[in-house]
Amino acid sequence: MIVAEQKPLSEIKEIIAPYKKILILGCGTCVKTCFAGGEDEVAVLASALRLACKKDGKKIEIEELTIERQCEDEFIRESAPAVSRNQGVLSLACGAGVQALARRYAKTPVLPGVNTTFIGVLETQGVFTEECSGCGNCRLDIFGGICPVTRCAKKLLNGPCGGSQNGKCEINPETDCAWQLIIDRLKTLGQMDNLRKYIPPKNWCTSLSGGPRKLVREDHII
Amino acid sequence: MSMNAQSRLQEILSKGEFAVTAECGPPRGATPEVVRKKGELLKGFVDAVNVTDNQTAIVRMSSIAACSHLLQMGLEPVMQMVTRDRNRIALQSDIMGAYSLGIKNILCLSGDHQSFGSQPDALNVFDIDSMNLIRTVQIMRDQGKDMSGFELNGPPRMFIGAAANPFADPFEYRVIRLAKKIDAGADFIQTQCIYNMDRFKEWMKMAREEGLTEKVHILGGVTPLKSAGMAKFMNNKVAGMDVPEPLIKRMAGVPKERAVEEGINICLETIAELHNIEGVHGVHIMAIEWEEIVGQIVESAGLTPRP
Ligand code: SF4
Ligand code: SF4
Repeated sequence: MIVAEQKPLSEIKEIIAPYKKILILGCGTCVKTCFAGGEDEVAVLASALRLACKKDGKKIEIEELTIERQCEDEFIRESAPAVSRNQGVLSLACGAGVQALARRYAKTPVLPGVNTTFIGVLETQGVFTEECSGCGNCRLDIFGGICPVTRCAKKLLNGPCGGSQNGKCEINPETDCAWQLIIDRLKTLGQMDNLRKYIPPKNWCTSLSGGPRKLVREDHII
Repeated sequence: MSMNAQSRLQEILSKGEFAVTAECGPPRGATPEVVRKKGELLKGFVDAVNVTDNQTAIVRMSSIAACSHLLQMGLEPVMQMVTRDRNRIALQSDIMGAYSLGIKNILCLSGDHQSFGSQPDALNVFDIDSMNLIRTVQIMRDQGKDMSGFELNGPPRMFIGAAANPFADPFEYRVIRLAKKIDAGADFIQTQCIYNMDRFKEWMKMAREEGLTEKVHILGGVTPLKSAGMAKFMNNKVAGMDVPEPLIKRMAGVPKERAVEEGINICLETIAELHNIEGVHGVHIMAIEWEEIVGQIVESAGLTPRP
């Protein structure tokens, strides 16, 4: 899923400061799962903002709504009536959702309420870890299912750097060394040979480095 | 090992002599005198001088420029190059530029992560890793081609070095990694500072068993300790460093005013041991911001005069 984190209240207050009527729009998919922008978070944020604005002596009307997905126009359209009633939309979706809204509602300011952080997994309750950076050319097959492009702080493809100690990454004793994990897993899989292979420089054309990407599925175009 | 590159370091190593290299960190500023001063201290005591590339991710005078200052003084530099700050386009360009200035040795590294440095908010590059960099320099030298396969007008004939850290984990992988670096094109290896001699010997044994010492020149890294505090700091705070407890105790066991002397003694004992390990072809002395001690160490170790 895409993992995001709600912005601090003080920053959100600043972002919505120019508006008197605002819609807080949640998204029921990834950001809901990571407790950043689902229905519950919309409600909590709305109350917190109402209270904070009251304390500051500022009049503001806040409307709440959560749709299934903000990255699909089919769902976005459901929010049209609510959007038209307000001066601006504070979106609690990921950056893609915010932009999809902006695309549909050309005349309404769409504001980000969360910081979109990474593609990750729920490791344990309340803990999310980054696993993939969408490089566009997945080689998890040779790395034992652990991504060095994302999880090694130096994107090393040919084994651990000299800073790997006791299974931890040199940048932070809390962070696992991706290469220790890769080596352990390849050992378990009996694929130690992969470690001896020279991995040539990565072709970054398929990543963001090649410019914004677009995927066209002819078979699905109507 | 290719015989194309013609650095003095290569000459000495291929003659089977015990090589001595040291390190020079460029200044945090644009004054060439700082480099020259360090160069003066090292001149006559070492065969080549490694010039670090924004070491620990702290912005300093560029390695190429500092190498060039040393060259003008008649010293032979080993240009360190990290993949942290430059993409493959800039790396290849700088390799050619460096060679055009007369720099004939390169040490290929990934580099310390920028979060350690003075500007942790920087974007890192890591377009390619150190292994890829070694192979790139080798192809540039031996095939005369850049990474796109373009035929170069005058290939950079670098003598190619790489780093190895026998003290990092996982231990059993460290020799595999060494083998990979040799296959990628490394001619010589400079190791992380050796304090844990047992572990170093174990690693060397594994390297010999794999036949690696026949294919590459290994220079053992040493750093003289100045105090027990420094020993502890290195052990706890410097990534990939292993200073065994008895050594820390030994440093702590002497009066403060004798700590420096004891540190040098340990360093000399290490060099003496290195001399006797089959497959070790030299020593790399990293006296960080303490270049004035290198001459004394080299002399006391009986490694002067240099060829
Ligand atoms: S290799 Fe690329 S696509 Fe696969 S997990 Fe890593 S970043 Fe994601
Ligand atoms: S310690 Fe491991 S994860 Fe961290 S940079 Fe080095 S190899 Fe990558």
